[in-house]
Amino acid sequence: MPLLDVQDLRVDLPVEAGTLHAVRGIDLSVERGEMLCLVGESGCGKSMTSLALMGLLPRRARLSAGRLDFDGESLTALSERRRGQLRGRRMAMIFQEPMTALNPAYTLGNQLCEAFLRHRLGNRRQARERAIELLERVGISAAAERLAQYPHQLSGGLRQRVMIAMALMCDPDLIIADEPTTALDVTIQAQILRLLRDLQQEMGTAVIFITHDLGVVARIADRVAVMYAGEVIETALTQALYANPSHPYTRGLLSCIPAPGKTPPGSRLQAIPGVVPSLVGEVEGCAFRNRCPLVREGEVDAARCEHTPELRRLTGDHQARCHYAEHRAATRVAQPELSP
Amino acid sequence: MGTFIVRRLLVALGVALTISVVSFMLLHLSGDLATSIAGPEATAEQVAQIRVEYGLDRPIVSQYLDWLGGALQFDFGRSYYYQSTVIDLIVERMPITLTLGGLALGLAVCISIPLGVVAALKRDSWVDRLALLFAVVGQAMPSFWFGLTLIVVFAVTLKWLPAAGSGGLEHFILPAIALGYYATPAMMRLTRTGMLEVLESDYIRTARAKGLSTTSVIFKHALRNAIIPVVALAAVELGFMLGGSVVIESVFSLGGLGQLAWDAISRNDYPVVQAVVLIIALFYIVLTLLADVANAALDPRIRTR
Repeated sequence: MPLLDVQDLRVDLPVEAGTLHAVRGIDLSVERGEMLCLVGESGCGKSMTSLALMGLLPRRARLSAGRLDFDGESLTALSERRRGQLRGRRMAMIFQEPMTALNPAYTLGNQLCEAFLRHRLGNRRQARERAIELLERVGISAAAERLAQYPHQLSGGLRQRVMIAMALMCDPDLIIADEPTTALDVTIQAQILRLLRDLQQEMGTAVIFITHDLGVVARIADRVAVMYAGEVIETALTQALYANPSHPYTRGLLSCIPAPGKTPPGSRLQAIPGVVPSLVGEVEGCAFRNRCPLVREGEVDAARCEHTPELRRLTGDHQARCHYAEHRAATRVAQPELSP
Repeated sequence: MGTFIVRRLLVALGVALTISVVSFMLLHLSGDLATSIAGPEATAEQVAQIRVEYGLDRPIVSQYLDWLGGALQFDFGRSYYYQSTVIDLIVERMPITLTLGGLALGLAVCISIPLGVVAALKRDSWVDRLALLFAVVGQAMPSFWFGLTLIVVFAVTLKWLPAAGSGGLEHFILPAIALGYYATPAMMRLTRTGMLEVLESDYIRTARAKGLSTTSVIFKHALRNAIIPVVALAAVELGFMLGGSVVIESVFSLGGLGQLAWDAISRNDYPVVQAVVLIIALFYIVLTLLADVANAALDPRIRTR
């Protein structure tokens, strides 16, 4: 039984022009100790998905799900009270902006110990010891003194380490990391990524890592789900996805990554032309067809793309939401290096 | 925190000195003092005599230093009008003004902050609308008119409370309500805006993601940050109430500092005017200092600045 089993998750937001379908029926499953990457460009519904899983959607948002099970328990059936007991305790979250995600008015110690005390895992002294232990584990020196410091006294990279330690305080089963490295310098990014990967393997915590950067995915993920316009359009084990990207959107994303040493200097960076369709109102047919190179170059029968494709199994775990997933595009894709 | 307070104290001292110069000079700028003290019918000799008598013939700097030296020992000279020293007049009226200001601010805080928080939490609900109506009415209604209405309803018609005079605490209830309501709308709106802004912030989302209770999220994480600008505003409001409650004091015939200042100005009672201006300015300085210290206690980022 997977730790997290999601089927047909939908999130609707009422907006002036009607209803915004931010998440349009996604299926996800996360095994214990697994790192799943959710990839997509901004506005594809990945953050809404993570907030839905945490139960932190804005009040006006409407959630529906065929199944939303966490460790065999249906989250939609839980009372707000029970949900609050899971949140922070068994599922924790790391946010994108370390500069603003910590409360400026309280010390790090106060904020670190808070969840531990709230979920009654021990007394103040134990909370403090755990906080020091975790701060050291995430690579913060002089951890005991840091507890008395305030967020503004720390750099962005340090703050994100504190956020990671904070998420780990209650030894959760699942951590949702929403673009945790996007706001950081590139060198710090690499450190934080390595840290997350190490911690995840050491503690056996399942992680849903949300990013728009396929280069990051290759370095850390066990499995990848690519999202587009509120749907999962391709999912596979990381190796399989990079070896054999089957949705034209995934191929487009991969070709957008310049590869050092392979992309000749001065050559044009690739981009996917066109814009994401509006998710206000119903989307008919394949959501990607107006930007799809297969359609544009007349390689496929565009009429078929007017019908909404299903997420189809190609081989083993590899699934894609494209009528022509088996069609090999003529354009070769520059693949980033996979870390061992 | 220690150095922060010392630094603020030094600034406050500088401001106080500057104000003492200004309040002293203002009177000398308003014309020849000896002439106005002597009155329109005085002869040139009488004016000259008054000039010598009051020390107005000496250089301005030495006059100022004398006055400042006295002021430092709470000696502001004698009133031209009343047969008593200025400091006695002030000491007599100060408790009235302080009681009125303190009660009014207390009332304003007790109403505006909870109302602002509830309005923010229940944004666009009927509670929010009602709070807005309450604020708009408070801002639009002249305080003297509201004071008079209170007198008509609670003193004249219902006979629950005295209409005027300064005796026991019951004399302060109606004026404190009138003055407090005047200070409430701005503080209420600022609390509401602050809460709305803070509730949208990332660290509130973090707090919720930890599974904290709603009470803890609102009071520990949100209110503490939302209240920071309100503290500064409350200090200014209190300063205003201590120095500028002339209208309310006259409506309720409370002989406070405001009333004293007003009378002194109309009677050319310069020593009293100078002293009251200086003392009210000192109130402001002390209140600003307290607000700064309170803000630094609430927001650690201010301490290191």
